Amino acid sequence: MNIPVRHATTAAATKLAIVDCDIHPAYRKPSDLYPFMSARWREHMETFGEHLRQGLSGQLCWPRMSAFGMRADAFPKDGPPGSDLELMRRQHLDPNGVEVGMLMQLSKGGMEERNLEFAAALSHAINDWQLETFVKPEPRLRAGLVVPQEDAAFAVSEIDARADDPSFPQILISPRSSDPLGHKRYWPIYEAAERCNKPIALHVQGYPGGHASTGSGWPTYYMEEHYAATTGMQNTLTSLVFDGVFERFPRLKVVLIEGGFAWAPALAWRMDKHWERMRKETPHVKRPPSEYVRQHVWFTTQPIDEPDNPKHLAEVIEWLGWDRLMFSTDYPHWDFDDPLHTFKFTMTEAQKAKVFRDNAKALYGLP
Amino acid sequence: MKVPIKGGIDCDLHPAQPSMTALLPYLDEYWRDQVVDRHITRYSFNLTSYPPNSPLSARPDWQHDASSDLDAIRRQALDAFGSRYAICSVLHGAVALFNEDMSMALCSAVNDWVAKELLDREPRLRASILVPVHNPERAAAEIRRVAADRRFVQVLLFAMGDAPLGRRIYWPIYEAASQLGLAIGIHAGSTYRHAPMSSGWPAHRVQDYVAQSAAFEMQLLSFLAEGVFQQFKSLRVVLMEAGFAWLPHLLWRNAKAWRGMRAEVPWIDRSPAEIIREHVRVTLQPVDTPKGDAATLAKTLEHIGSDRMLLFSTDYPHWQYDGTDALPDGLPEAIVKRILIDNPLETYPRLREGAQISDNASNSKEAVR
Amino acid sequence: MKRQVVARTIDVAPGHCKIVSVNGREIGVFNLNGEYFALANRCPHEGGPLCAGRIIPLIQSDGPGTYRLARHAEFLRCPWHGWEFEIRTGQSWCDPKSTRARQFDVKVESGESLVKGPYVAETIPVSVEEEYLVVEV
Repeated sequence: MNIPVRHATTAAATKLAIVDCDIHPAYRKPSDLYPFMSARWREHMETFGEHLRQGLSGQLCWPRMSAFGMRADAFPKDGPPGSDLELMRRQHLDPNGVEVGMLMQLSKGGMEERNLEFAAALSHAINDWQLETFVKPEPRLRAGLVVPQEDAAFAVSEIDARADDPSFPQILISPRSSDPLGHKRYWPIYEAAERCNKPIALHVQGYPGGHASTGSGWPTYYMEEHYAATTGMQNTLTSLVFDGVFERFPRLKVVLIEGGFAWAPALAWRMDKHWERMRKETPHVKRPPSEYVRQHVWFTTQPIDEPDNPKHLAEVIEWLGWDRLMFSTDYPHWDFDDPLHTFKFTMTEAQKAKVFRDNAKALYGLP
Repeated sequence: MKVPIKGGIDCDLHPAQPSMTALLPYLDEYWRDQVVDRHITRYSFNLTSYPPNSPLSARPDWQHDASSDLDAIRRQALDAFGSRYAICSVLHGAVALFNEDMSMALCSAVNDWVAKELLDREPRLRASILVPVHNPERAAAEIRRVAADRRFVQVLLFAMGDAPLGRRIYWPIYEAASQLGLAIGIHAGSTYRHAPMSSGWPAHRVQDYVAQSAAFEMQLLSFLAEGVFQQFKSLRVVLMEAGFAWLPHLLWRNAKAWRGMRAEVPWIDRSPAEIIREHVRVTLQPVDTPKGDAATLAKTLEHIGSDRMLLFSTDYPHWQYDGTDALPDGLPEAIVKRILIDNPLETYPRLREGAQISDNASNSKEAVR
Repeated sequence: MKRQVVARTIDVAPGHCKIVSVNGREIGVFNLNGEYFALANRCPHEGGPLCAGRIIPLIQSDGPGTYRLARHAEFLRCPWHGWEFEIRTGQSWCDPKSTRARQFDVKVESGESLVKGPYVAETIPVSVEEEYLVVEV
């Protein structure tokens, strides 16, 4: 099968160099991580393997609609989509004008691992692997520093060890944590992030953290589970606000990735309304929740919403703030957004510059 | 903004819970004996979701003794808003018990108590049928029993329970409701069988309450994906105390997602946005667009894309607004009568029966005291 | 409009697609039970390589929990967002109107039981001349 590659002429049409805030790398096989792990953990991986909070081993309990949830045209000859840097360059970075790409490594990083010692080994290995395999050979790429949020002490040590490394401009933890992320036991992580001035990145996760996907139990179909990632993100944000994380860590920045954004103004209003009514319960939340969201939270664009009237989306972004939104493709997943076709309404040059590049550059301190 | 016309239909009103003592006459002798012998009469069966003294649960000027509840409802809810009808939902904690037999006995007693102590005494009141979901076949039997009384217009379920409500195990409930012309009312609240969030148990009540909207969203997804509306073509689902500003995003996201996921759920025969607009209704409170912001309200309504979905409610005695300002400022005039009268009448066909529904009353512009 | 030979008929087996390049444009040529159709290899939704997607049947249902296939190999699933397109017409399909139909007769004209989706992929006229496939671009 031909692997279609966009031609140079289409790249020229992309006048804007973009920052892609969500690209997924992959290892060819799990043993690609072995050089970055001790013998003890290599053996553990081979025998006991990952220990997750779900019924199936090595697969998700809601099969995706396409192979591994990937674009069918993104499979290299050898390995899964995202594992071939050369293909990633040819198919995505070059033709789509990606000036900087933020890597989001979702599996085998320990965020979901029940054995915390193993989680620590995995996290350290995955970060070294990202560096060697993608960031060093490709100057356009940066990696999210994967840390296991359930072991705050280790997470802090990993964050501190790489605090000065610009290869890791943000810290990746799972929003499907075992307690809502506002919980005090995660605060050392936020303190470390604030200390080294790096955002916390929350990317939607397939692996459960120990609780049902909804407050009313487990969904039946993938169609439901897919959306549960979004409602989960809404609830995580609610926790961060009402547990006072932004009040306690005034310089903390949080990025919500692949969780959507058009729901955020409505949630901010909802939080404001009920915060006002029940203020005495949360005196530590000194300002309206919407203010914290506006100052501390960023959102990536993919998967973009497509209302019948595209103007409606523009209206929602006005509410959200044009400075809050950062473009992402989610390459190589199936619901990839192509930068040329993502927005179906006309944006001003200033809006394009913000969303496709400048908001991310400002947030991540990119040149 | 005050309600400008008389004859509105209040689709979410909460009578005070009957005490266990008040329910005794409505229990059979075994349960009467058990409730007394095991000191269950000492318990109030308040749901965790609504601690009785929290600001949300009772507006200060609406607080009153349980013994004067009907009088308070008449003055403060029915008269004050000029309502023609109000649909009562007793948020009784019996649904949270694990013993399905006891839960059903108590719910059944509540339903009978409502008929005798509220509906018989105040002709403007209508009610929801309270059922536990432990055993959907039994719930369906109770629904059929109570629905013989045409003043019951709806089945009451909660937004967070054992399993997503669209699951086929619950279809006996929807079959009964569908056959009897009852709406399915899903009210905010949880029996806490699961953590409210997919990341666990938040510290504060305000978080649990805010999280209700996410729970409602996932319930809608469940009804949609499981094909409830294909199976029960006339079914109406009313989301109560859910808010509505979150609706547009849900409609957009799932209309799009369905195009790529249609193969998994091929019984969905048209856009999820269309299905939801047709089958789902939302009570007005809490108004979750910014207070006093008419432009944002208008935009939100435009984004929702239907003027049929909102149903007037006071949510009495929960504290969602002050005075009698139950309508959001700047609610377009064209939609006021729809929300107050037309949409509720269309959603609850039983309201059209029997009683004197005069078209003139709905046209009256008489100021409401 | 220019006519151009792009492949031999034997290059495209029934139920398969061959992607060819004509004047810098990629076109997918499909063989549907001996009839040939061609679509631009560009999904009208977001520009993805439409013709690289799987050739699929139409999936129908008689009600929740039931599944039925019809019109085998007449549809295409875009490899990006998974939207379904009728190969014959390029029409995106996502709103099948009736799930009560017991059988879908393959002789029925396309569109009878389906409501059109929002996008149409670009079709390209293709004809057979002896053993060659010829497109008009």
